[in-house]
Amino acid sequence: MNLETLREIGRRETERQAGFDTRLFCCTSTACLSNGAGATAEAMRAELAARNGTGRAVEVVGTGCMGLCSRGPLARIDRKDAPSELFHTVTPEVARQIVGHAVDGQPASVADHGLPLDLPFFAQQMPIVLAEVGRIDPNRLEDYIAHGGYAALARALHEMTPEQVCEEILASGLRGRGGAGFPTGTKWHYVRREKADQKYVVVNGDEGDPGAYMDRTVMEDNPHKVLEGMMIAAYAVGARSGFFYVRGEYPTAVQRLRNAIRAARRQGLLGRGILDTEFEFNAEVRIGAGAFVCGEETALIHSIEGQRGTPRMRPPYPSTKGLWGCPTVINNVETMANIPAILTRGAAWYARIGTETSKGTKVFALAGQLTNTGLIEVPMGTTLRQIVNEIGGGVPNGRQFKAAQTGGPSGGCIPEEHLDTPIDYESLTRLGSIMGSGGLVIIDDTTGMPDFARFFIDFCVDESCGKCVPCRAGTVQIRALLDKVLAGRAVAEDLEQLERLCLFVKRASLCGLGMSAPNPVLSTLRYFRDEYEAHLSNGKAEAA
Amino acid sequence: MTREGGHPSGDDRYLIVDRTMKRFRFEKDALLEVLNTAQETFGFLSEDLLVYVASHLNVPLSRVYGVATFYHLFTFTPRGEHNCTVCTGTACHVKGSAAIVESLAAAYAIQPGETTPDGKFSLVTARCLGCCGLAPVIVLDGEVHAKQTPETAAEEVEAALGLVEAQATG
Repeated sequence: MNLETLREIGRRETERQAGFDTRLFCCTSTACLSNGAGATAEAMRAELAARNGTGRAVEVVGTGCMGLCSRGPLARIDRKDAPSELFHTVTPEVARQIVGHAVDGQPASVADHGLPLDLPFFAQQMPIVLAEVGRIDPNRLEDYIAHGGYAALARALHEMTPEQVCEEILASGLRGRGGAGFPTGTKWHYVRREKADQKYVVVNGDEGDPGAYMDRTVMEDNPHKVLEGMMIAAYAVGARSGFFYVRGEYPTAVQRLRNAIRAARRQGLLGRGILDTEFEFNAEVRIGAGAFVCGEETALIHSIEGQRGTPRMRPPYPSTKGLWGCPTVINNVETMANIPAILTRGAAWYARIGTETSKGTKVFALAGQLTNTGLIEVPMGTTLRQIVNEIGGGVPNGRQFKAAQTGGPSGGCIPEEHLDTPIDYESLTRLGSIMGSGGLVIIDDTTGMPDFARFFIDFCVDESCGKCVPCRAGTVQIRALLDKVLAGRAVAEDLEQLERLCLFVKRASLCGLGMSAPNPVLSTLRYFRDEYEAHLSNGKAEAA
Repeated sequence: MTREGGHPSGDDRYLIVDRTMKRFRFEKDALLEVLNTAQETFGFLSEDLLVYVASHLNVPLSRVYGVATFYHLFTFTPRGEHNCTVCTGTACHVKGSAAIVESLAAAYAIQPGETTPDGKFSLVTARCLGCCGLAPVIVLDGEVHAKQTPETAAEEVEAALGLVEAQATG
């Protein structure tokens, strides 16, 4: 494929879409599918077919996540001559009425299902990573191209040297969205400077944090964007081959990524001579098999190589010795999905969004005791209070907000008094939590903190790979101490012992899993020590 | 004795495993992919299957076993006719998934990860299915049921189990 063909595909698809007065979008992402969106989309198509082309020209599009997962299945009507309309809880019955509404303009018998588009939930977001999610059909390459897809790759290949691409990413201030927050441009420079015949790009889609599904959504709902980011990375560092490492629990993401790779290959966007240049690249999907530690980069490499997914000492870092001993760039899905926008709109534009140290936006999976739960993308620097109260709509059922848990089992709990902290990598670390990959679980006063901490430690005990002693044995001992606390058998010294042990595991563990495993305990000890103390054997009366 | 085009073992499911190994040119690195295919095809990894994969990829059985037991998605015993996975991810936990697990475990007298002696029902837990907006969720025979309570989950499972008996008699 050359540039002209790429533009032609985009033009033709835009014209095709313009041929419809009305386009009906139904979310077919995992969350909505779980809520029956398959039947909803089916009903829309059947109803449209039954109307046999009468009325307006309408198309039904199966699309990606529209965000408000708790009220799914969601559907949207986009019209040429009128504002869009959004609907929640779209059962097949409602779907048929919506089709009627779209085709004949029947005044809405579906008004009860309408969702105002200016809800704070939508209005306060800034979609960059999720820009096309919910607007395109993830299984059609043409649709992505019509929305500006692969233009960033074209720009990189035709107008920039690999060094300039790395420089641009560095200037944008983009940092790894997998949790650690390492500057992406710096990582790319390291790999670019390595002299090797073979280099690799790996996209880390092993989103193992319970409570997080940002990466799954991007892979499912806009797979080409991740692929484009990966190709730009490959060009920048000089790699010809790449892997998507995806959780085994995400079959739909695997299937859509494979579709995307097939479509790109058919169009000549993968293979040799991409867009009439010397650039050559091929991508494959590799499926994980349920091991949280495989999100750690050296463990992930072992897993792709068909071994037990245990981490190893760094250095050497994957940028010098990665997959099969070759220099390897490993970036998280969300990081890759930021790349195309940075190249099309420029590093300066990107660097204006966010805070001093953390640029751009962050996608969060909002879950737990909130009125609105779902997927959101907000600029860095947004406060937790804004997310909880305005976007999330506050804690329902008249309960009290207690804490926001970020970063999953590696993160911590942030209490009410720190809700006004603007979110960025540093501020969350200062609060004893981490940015993590973007899980944000809100808990209310019905959840006890020692119990909640035990939940995460239990997770880490299960998921510890067993290679290093501090993590393997330490997490078990932490759990035992927590059990003692919860059983009301602990004394004050046990809490001190617990704290000491947590700090030890944090310092002495081999990889990120062990180093961050005590965070949920430490942060709850820091902010909710009274709850632990209430469980102590001398304070048992209060604990009940 | 072998049927034309069939697998020598008489079990043609092995052909599907063969195809994956061929696609990776029998490279040792493909072990995880091959095990994934094997489990998908057979439902669980039997000892025979592990030996088969080890000999065809030419890797020690100890390594195949080591890799297979490392990852949670692989199982070594057959699952029941009906399967219920209760999500115990963070969002489901704070919305009460532990009570769902307990009540199902008590009702069928099995622990998570076990199957009833008659082979009808397996109960498993999963760490986050990524449907956090719908918490707590259970997956019953591949179908996700959102916003569950111990009561609704018990009803769903009973319905699934009862349905099969109705079909068998009818």
